[in-house]
Amino acid sequence: MVYGYAGKILEVNLSKDRISETPLDEKVLRQYVGGRGLAAKILWDRLGKRWRSINPLGPKNLLLALTGPVTGYLVGTRICVSGKSPTSNGIVGSTVSGEFAMELKCAGYDGIVVNGRAEKPVYILVTDGKAEIRDAKKLWGLSGRETIKALNNEIIDEFERKERRYGEWKEPAMLYIGPAGEKMVRTAAVMQKVSHAAGYGGYGAVMGSKKLKAIVAKATGPLPEVASPEELRPLMEKFYEASVAYDSLRRWGTGASGYRVGAMTSSEPQRNWQEEYHNERSFSVVNFETKTWVKRYWSDYGCAMSCMKLATVKQGPYAGAITDNPDYELQAYCGTNLGIYDPEGNIYVSSIVDDMGLSGIDSANTMGFAAELFQRGVLTREDFGFEPKWGDGIAMGRLAELIARRRRVGKVLAEGTYRAAVALGNMKEIDLLQYVVQVKGVGTGAHGPRSGLGFMTLIGYPCSTHGGDHTSAATPMPGGETVSAVGDSLVFCTASLGWRYNPATLWPFFKAVTGWELNDETWINEIGRRILHIQRAALLLGGPDVVWDPAKDDENPPRFYEPLPSGPKKGSAVDRAKFVEMRSKYYSDMSWDERGIPKSEDLKRLGLRNVDQVLEKFVR
Amino acid sequence: MVRVFMYFPGLEVPHLCTQCHDYPCVQSCPFKALGVDEKTGAVEVYRDKCTACGICINACPGQVPHLHPNRKHILICDLCGGDPACAKICTKVGYNCLTTVNRGQDITYDTYAIRPRDVAKNLAINFFGEMGKEVI
Repeated sequence: MVYGYAGKILEVNLSKDRISETPLDEKVLRQYVGGRGLAAKILWDRLGKRWRSINPLGPKNLLLALTGPVTGYLVGTRICVSGKSPTSNGIVGSTVSGEFAMELKCAGYDGIVVNGRAEKPVYILVTDGKAEIRDAKKLWGLSGRETIKALNNEIIDEFERKERRYGEWKEPAMLYIGPAGEKMVRTAAVMQKVSHAAGYGGYGAVMGSKKLKAIVAKATGPLPEVASPEELRPLMEKFYEASVAYDSLRRWGTGASGYRVGAMTSSEPQRNWQEEYHNERSFSVVNFETKTWVKRYWSDYGCAMSCMKLATVKQGPYAGAITDNPDYELQAYCGTNLGIYDPEGNIYVSSIVDDMGLSGIDSANTMGFAAELFQRGVLTREDFGFEPKWGDGIAMGRLAELIARRRRVGKVLAEGTYRAAVALGNMKEIDLLQYVVQVKGVGTGAHGPRSGLGFMTLIGYPCSTHGGDHTSAATPMPGGETVSAVGDSLVFCTASLGWRYNPATLWPFFKAVTGWELNDETWINEIGRRILHIQRAALLLGGPDVVWDPAKDDENPPRFYEPLPSGPKKGSAVDRAKFVEMRSKYYSDMSWDERGIPKSEDLKRLGLRNVDQVLEKFVR
Repeated sequence: MVRVFMYFPGLEVPHLCTQCHDYPCVQSCPFKALGVDEKTGAVEVYRDKCTACGICINACPGQVPHLHPNRKHILICDLCGGDPACAKICTKVGYNCLTTVNRGQDITYDTYAIRPRDVAKNLAINFFGEMGKEVI
């Protein structure tokens, strides 16, 4: 008996219109746990040998949505979305919060793996112990809000008709894509609710490439049994208490940082990272709170933290916008990085980005890049059909829609910042890579390393297996990026634990659920390392359109070497010599060689001989 | 027992028994499987008599009762014998949305028995204004 897991995953082959189940092997679960770890294992087993030739947007790629053992028990219910990433060409484990993970686990599945490509738009409906592929013709083309409404009504009405005597049917949970995913915009997100996104990795485009509009789940069963309910209950209460005690996140969410990170730590992007400092008090959280929040406490299933706030604009040019706080990343990327310093404008842009199913970080990074090209006259009004001037919320909303629908210059921008810069640079015969703020195809998170006052270190983005993903940054701390892989693999929300888990409470919790002993040492040296080696190998293999070279691409964006033009650390920039030294140390800490390639002996120690062989053949 | 509905993200609607003064569910039961707890006023389900016919669901103005997904009986909140667990945890985690209160004499609690979709529609307009009409 494996506790904490449903014990099987659902397999859907859209090309063959076939549904099956795969039991999960206890040995594999002990080695990879779940979520991001299990995704890396499944992807490597099935695609590893021909990784470089797999087109992320072709039918051979897999789309995975995997829960973990503590999902549903530990505060903050998330699911990890993965596959071969159309942005990094590696493996990104992108987690998104919401009730879908609960419904899926209660239906009897730890995850779902989707293969192939449907001929016509479809959605997958998962219910207790079964699933079906359904026609999604009516859903194709709908925005996020419209999709939620249409699917909710369709499913609830149908269930009420079928089971007339059951009583009120609770709404189903769903992962879905917006128009951006349908158009295979490389930075499209897999969405849940209205503003929840698995943004990094671009898996919305993978869903779109499979003609899969949504995965809907509605179950009535219980969560899987745990090893020790007696031990688990008091631990759950402890986690609730800790979440409640994190008062700032509970009161303001991460949105309190939209002013603070710019004004105090000078590490918030302004106008495509031309600056990282602002002192716009109009953008302080009190203005979001008093002008736009209609609901202060909003959380997903089982969360006592409640960092989300429901925000809306009811009148004026931005009327109709609905989103959460927005959180810090979207305040920065859909706000300050576009020169927007009013809450309403920021909420408007965030709302459109959400509704289109774009990643509010990665797609908005491209929007900032495009707006800078407009500022510099590289792109003009003719390219856009309007003028994307810094601070113009309406124009930025139009820009988001241009990308999502691949119209005009949006066709190129839809390929993501890096690929757009290469394509436009070739077209215009200018080096545009000097203006891109991304690492390995992934726009960086909204945390700059230049001032040295924020949390991002010099190696954070360059050495991450997720590229520019701030939630999986490499760090010089013990364990490096393996520490980020804990939350993504056990699958819980790190924010609800105050960002960094406490080993003294997390591992006993894990044991109460699964019955298995685990500690930081085993995680850092074995499980986490195994996951990162596979992810690193996949990232170095890359392809088919881009192959990353560690010497060139394990690097900060050029802009981070330009001195900060303003703020308390004016003149400060990333010190390249220091960065190179930290990078070497990090490689060695991770058992990667001087070129950043996982070492043969460590791969063999961890039972990853097949990874070693592929690296030997293609990379070393 | 409380269930939380969310037809539109962020618009959570807790849905639970309001203990109507006239107990239409109890009156509707053809098998005498429902009663009233004298101490708490909560509806009691006598599981040995319940046939899972579902008549009480439609008798309830808010369609609050629902069937157990795999056992043959109806589920209605019994207020945990007067010390409801849902209110305790809600207070503990600081939401204070569900709390235990003394029943006021001049309140018509039965009017709170409303279908969650109708509550959600009201909330949507309350929160979002005109556009709230379109989201559910």
